[in-house]
Amino acid sequence: MLQLSKVTKIFNPGSVNEKSALQEITLHVQTGEVITIIGSNGAGKSTLLNVVAGVCEIESGKILLDGEDVTCRPEHIRAAWIGRVFQDPLLGTAASMTIEENLAMALRRGRPRFLRRGITAAERKMFREHLALLGLGLEDRLGTRVGLLSGGQRQALTVLMATIATPKLLLLDEHTAALDPRTARTVMALTERIIAHHHLTTLMVTHNLEQALRTGTRTIMMHEGRIILDLSGPERSRTTVADLLKMFGQASGNIFADDKVLLTGS
Amino acid sequence: MSLSVWLGALEQGLLWGAMVLGVYMTFRVLDFPDLTVDGSFTLGAAVAAKLILSGYDPWLALVVALLCGALAGLVTGLLHTQLKVAPLLAGILTMIALYSINLRIMGQANLSLLRAPTIFTWIKGYAALVPLGPFLLGLMLVALVLVLLYLFLDTELGMAIRATGDNEQMIRSLGVNTNTMKLIGLAIANALIALSGGLIAQYQGFADIGMGIGMIVAGLAAVIIGEALVGRQTLVRALLAAITGSIIYRAVISLVLQLGLPPTDLKLLTSLIVVIAMAFPLVRRHLGLKTLRLRSEQGAAAKQSNEDL
Ligand SMILES: Nc1ncnc2c1ncn2[C@@H]1O[C@H](COP(=O)(O)OP(=O)(O)OP(=O)(O)O)[C@@H](O)[C@H]1O
Ligand SMILES: [Mg+2]
Repeated sequence: MLQLSKVTKIFNPGSVNEKSALQEITLHVQTGEVITIIGSNGAGKSTLLNVVAGVCEIESGKILLDGEDVTCRPEHIRAAWIGRVFQDPLLGTAASMTIEENLAMALRRGRPRFLRRGITAAERKMFREHLALLGLGLEDRLGTRVGLLSGGQRQALTVLMATIATPKLLLLDEHTAALDPRTARTVMALTERIIAHHHLTTLMVTHNLEQALRTGTRTIMMHEGRIILDLSGPERSRTTVADLLKMFGQASGNIFADDKVLLTGS
Repeated sequence: MSLSVWLGALEQGLLWGAMVLGVYMTFRVLDFPDLTVDGSFTLGAAVAAKLILSGYDPWLALVVALLCGALAGLVTGLLHTQLKVAPLLAGILTMIALYSINLRIMGQANLSLLRAPTIFTWIKGYAALVPLGPFLLGLMLVALVLVLLYLFLDTELGMAIRATGDNEQMIRSLGVNTNTMKLIGLAIANALIALSGGLIAQYQGFADIGMGIGMIVAGLAAVIIGEALVGRQTLVRALLAAITGSIIYRAVISLVLQLGLPPTDLKLLTSLIVVIAMAFPLVRRHLGLKTLRLRSEQGAAAKQSNEDL
C-alpha cells in the first residue's frame, strides 16, 4: 500500500540551521494495517506524515502509494489517496464556512472541481446521517459556521471529513492531543470505529504509549529521524508500556553510542 | 441637499459597487491584500473609453474592460504564485506597470466621452424612465453581478476559493491546488474592478489616468461600513454589505462635498475613515466590526495573546 525506501528529509540544507529530520527511512505498510507511531519530541513523526502527504519535498529516497511512484507529486494530487487529521483542531476545518460546506469540500477530495453546485440535497441528507453517528448533535446544525464549534466538535468533524470520501491511507497526527481527556476519548473511539468500518490503512502518531499498543496492529518507534523499533504480531501483544519505555531507553542509548562511535571514528 | 444629489450618490454607489465587490473578494474571501485595484480600475476605464471613441459598442467596451481586468489580476496572481512575490508587492508591481499601460491605451492623460454614445446616453433615450434611467441601469447591473457572484461562490470551485482564503493547509489536503484558486479569485476580483472602472468612465463621461488613485482605500472603507451595518454572517449578507457600504460611502462623500469640503481633501477623509475603523478596537467591538487586519495576522495576534496568558 505505502512504501518508503531510504527517504531522507533535510530542513534548510546547506545552512547553519541544517536539520536532517528523516534519515533513510524505509517502511512498508500493508493494506489494512493500522500503525501507531511513537517517539520523543522532534523525533520526526510529524515530518514522516508530512513527507507521505507531500507537504514537503524529500532530499532523497522514493515513496510509492498503491504501487505508484508519488515522490514528485504535489500535496494536492496525493490528496486523492490520503485523508488527514492534524493535531491542531483549527487546522482541519475552514472556520468561516458552515459544517455542510466543510463536509461537501471533503467529499470532493481528489476530484476536480467545476461550476457544479457545491452541495446537493442528497449530499445534505447523507451529511446528516453521518453527523448523527458522531452523537454530538451536529446533524441539526448543518448551516452553523465551524468557527462556532468547540475544539472537540471540530476535531470530530475533521475525522469525519478525512474519511467521508474513503481514503486509501489515513494519517493522524496526535489528533486528540489538544482535547480534554473525555473529548479525546470520544474522538478516539470515533476514529477507531471509522477505521474498523472502512478497514482503513492508517498511520497514527500518538504520545500515549498505552494507546499506541492497544490501537492498531503494529507500532513503530522513532528517534532522531530513524525508526528504531518496529513491533507487530505476538511480540507486540506481549509488550507492555514498561517494556516500551525500557526499549526506548536502550534503543535511543544505542543510537547515541553509534553516533559517538561515528564521531570519534571520523 | 437636493434629491438629484442623493440620486447621484445612489447611482455612483451602485456603479462603484462592482469595485467594492472586487475588493471584498480579494481582502475578505481570498485573504489577499491586493493593491492591483488602483491600476485595474483605471485600466477598465481606459479600455472602455478608448473602444467607445474608436466606434465600438459601449456594451462591448464593458466586456473587453472586464476581460482586461481579469488579465491584470492574473498577472498579480502569477507574480505571487510562480515568483513567490509577497501579495502586497505583487499588487503594487502590477499597479505601477498598469500606469504606463493605461497611458499607452489612452494615448493621453484624459479621454473625454462627452459626445460619444455610452450605455447612459442609451438609457437616457428612454423618456419614460427619466430621471431614474441611470439608477435603474446601475441597479440591474449590480444585481446581475451580485447574483452571478453569489452563485459562483456557492459552486464547488467557489467554495474551494473561499476555503483557500480561510485555511490553505486544509483545502490543499483536500486536493485543491491553492495557487490555481488564487489565480481565479484574483482574476474575478480585478475583472469586477475593471468593469466598475468602465462603468464609471461612461457615467462621468471621461477616463482619467489618475481616477484609480486611492481606489483600494475607498473600497476598503465601503467594505468596512457595509459590514458594520449589514454584517457578514452569511455569504448573502456579506455581498449585500459590500453594495450597501458602497452606496453609503458615496452618500457620505456627497454630503461632505455639499458641506463645503474641497474635493482635493477627499482622499484624506477616506484614509481617515479606514484608520479610525482599524485604530479603535472598542468602536470595533461595539459595532460588532471584525478587524480589517487579515486573518493570518489575526491568527498571529491571537497566538500572541494566548502566549501572554
Ligand atoms: N519546517 C521546518 N523547518 C525546519 N525544521 C523543522 C521543520 N519542521 C520540523 N523541523 C525539525 O525536524 C525535526 C522533526 O520534527 P517533527 O515535527 O517531525 O517532530 P515530531 O516527532 O513530530 O515531534 P513532536 O512530538 O514534538 O510533534 C525537529 O528537530 C524539528 O525541529
Ligand atoms: Mg509532531
